[in-house]
Amino acid sequence: MARIDLDHVRHAYGPNPSRPEDFALREVNQVFEDGGAYALLGPSGCGKTTLLNIISGLLHPSHGRLLFNGDDATELSTQGRNIAQVFQFPVIYDTMTVYDNLAFPLRNRGVAEPDVDRKVREIIKMIDLEDWSKRKARGLTADQKQKISLGRGLVRSDVNAILFDEPLTVIDPHMKWVLRSQLKQLHRQFGYTMVYVTHDQTEALTFADTVVVMHDGQIVQIGTPAELFERPKHTFVGYFIGSPGMNVLPVTVEGRKARLGEQTIELPVAPSAEGQGKVELGIRPEYIRIGALGMPVKVRKVEDIGRHKVLRASLEGQEIAAIVGEDESIPENPRVRFDPAGINIYANSWRVDGEPGRRV
Amino acid sequence: MDKTWNNRAWFMVLPVLLLVAFSAVIPLMTVVNYSVQDTFGNNEFFWAGSEWFQEMLTSDRFWEAMGRNLIFSFVILAIEIPLGIFIALNMPKSGWGVPVCLVLMALPLLIPWNVVGTIWQVFGRVDIGLLGYTLNALGVDYNYVNDSFDAWVTVIVMDIWHWTSLVVLLCYAGLVSIPDAYYQAAKIDGASRWAVFRYIQLPKMNRVLLIAVLLRFMDSFMIYTEPFVVTGGGPGNSTTFLSIDLVKMAVGQFDLGPAAAMSIIYFLIVLLLSWVFYTVMTNYDAER
Repeated sequence: MARIDLDHVRHAYGPNPSRPEDFALREVNQVFEDGGAYALLGPSGCGKTTLLNIISGLLHPSHGRLLFNGDDATELSTQGRNIAQVFQFPVIYDTMTVYDNLAFPLRNRGVAEPDVDRKVREIIKMIDLEDWSKRKARGLTADQKQKISLGRGLVRSDVNAILFDEPLTVIDPHMKWVLRSQLKQLHRQFGYTMVYVTHDQTEALTFADTVVVMHDGQIVQIGTPAELFERPKHTFVGYFIGSPGMNVLPVTVEGRKARLGEQTIELPVAPSAEGQGKVELGIRPEYIRIGALGMPVKVRKVEDIGRHKVLRASLEGQEIAAIVGEDESIPENPRVRFDPAGINIYANSWRVDGEPGRRV
Repeated sequence: MDKTWNNRAWFMVLPVLLLVAFSAVIPLMTVVNYSVQDTFGNNEFFWAGSEWFQEMLTSDRFWEAMGRNLIFSFVILAIEIPLGIFIALNMPKSGWGVPVCLVLMALPLLIPWNVVGTIWQVFGRVDIGLLGYTLNALGVDYNYVNDSFDAWVTVIVMDIWHWTSLVVLLCYAGLVSIPDAYYQAAKIDGASRWAVFRYIQLPKMNRVLLIAVLLRFMDSFMIYTEPFVVTGGGPGNSTTFLSIDLVKMAVGQFDLGPAAAMSIIYFLIVLLLSWVFYTVMTNYDAER
């Protein structure tokens, strides 16, 4: 187990990067605490796999340092770092049996055969492939193969960290739940440092204690699932997490009032957003109240998604989404109010706090 | 649905039937015809039965040529297959080196076979050939014209020069189809260079290797042009392979009967070996 520090890590795939756009990973300073369960969340191409490969040593960062328990590990080989990594698509050794596949990482490291046997039996039981142990691995289904890949990551007990690169993409939904809870349980039991890359917010929020949201090669927010939901630091986080995502509306702010077209919205605190370029108000659909009072909206459509309804409407020419309870009715000419608890103000896409001159 | 029967449809297969008849069946039957008769020209034929077959199967000349052919095939397979794998493993996977290597590899395959023979015939000559002259100047007693061993070395090196690239190209195609994730996973699992070859690269090359072995075995078993141009089967009979011997017998000595019998035996052996390879390959597929 280890604490992993990323110190000013940047990476560009092309030679001679100069502009920020040349970097797949712009600048990351991040600490993965020993024994933490982290999720790296972001859309495809945001740099999360790059970051993962830098930690495991498959990629050498163009700039910056990597520390394991405070020691510089930037120049260490993948083997030297002692990291386990599970990839998006299953990698199995076709010609070996399931048992030998799982034993492979241990045998390569010269572990004594009785220990190998004990460990492999334990893992094979956990991934529920006991009946297959003597069979050649090539006849298995995709999710059985991915379980073997997972198993090969888990079989080494002394690893510094286990990295998962969207490991459940090829697994069917039912197995996803099972495997995810097994991973969670493993984490509690053995206290591995785990970093889990995904573009699926449910996966990230259920797996991790701390979610790291990435966008465009940089980390935009680190926090607990609740923090990401309530106080998105960047409009991207608001939009990316939650379904539907946060409503982001262009406003002008004067003291404790925000102006949206003809409408004025009371703010809980006076933000220091004046004179900071593009100012926006963010509010999650969960915090928009529908009723007879407030700002008039034009209803576009109502989607009933089972647990609740999603109201799509336009407010002062801006598209908004609001969540309405399954049993609530929508009035003829609905009006909306914004719950002050759910209002966040953004300047140039970054959230501004109530106190003047400070970004959060 | 009811099938419509129309016997005129048989005419549809007539063109291909004629084509196969004239290109394969009729020539083959002519050979069969020769193999059971004796002739002295003038279109006079005498029935000989299985006499020529018995003569062939008991003749030292035939079995010696067969032995030489088998040794030749196994030697070139033993060299070309590992060498081809080795070169394919060391070829670049990306960048400007890829097209350069591929073109270099393809070049020997594009040269007509008798030209390959001529190149090596000249290359190895002790009076004007770069190889022959240089070796002798360096004090190596090399002369493929009167030394059997030198003749064999020349023919084998020529075949390796000519055909190893086929194995290389087939293996390379197998290698580039391996996704990067396999190599990354092997690194994470701490696999040695040998383990990567043994458990990732070799299994992925399995199929193309079978094809390579089949093609090279068949081709080398039927080899004619190149050794004929270089050594003419000599010195003595030392590089007289089955096909060279066959041509000597049929065209040189005009022994049509024995030559025809030999052709048929030769053909059956090639057919048998093809069948063995085919069975091995399909069984291998079924096992997957």
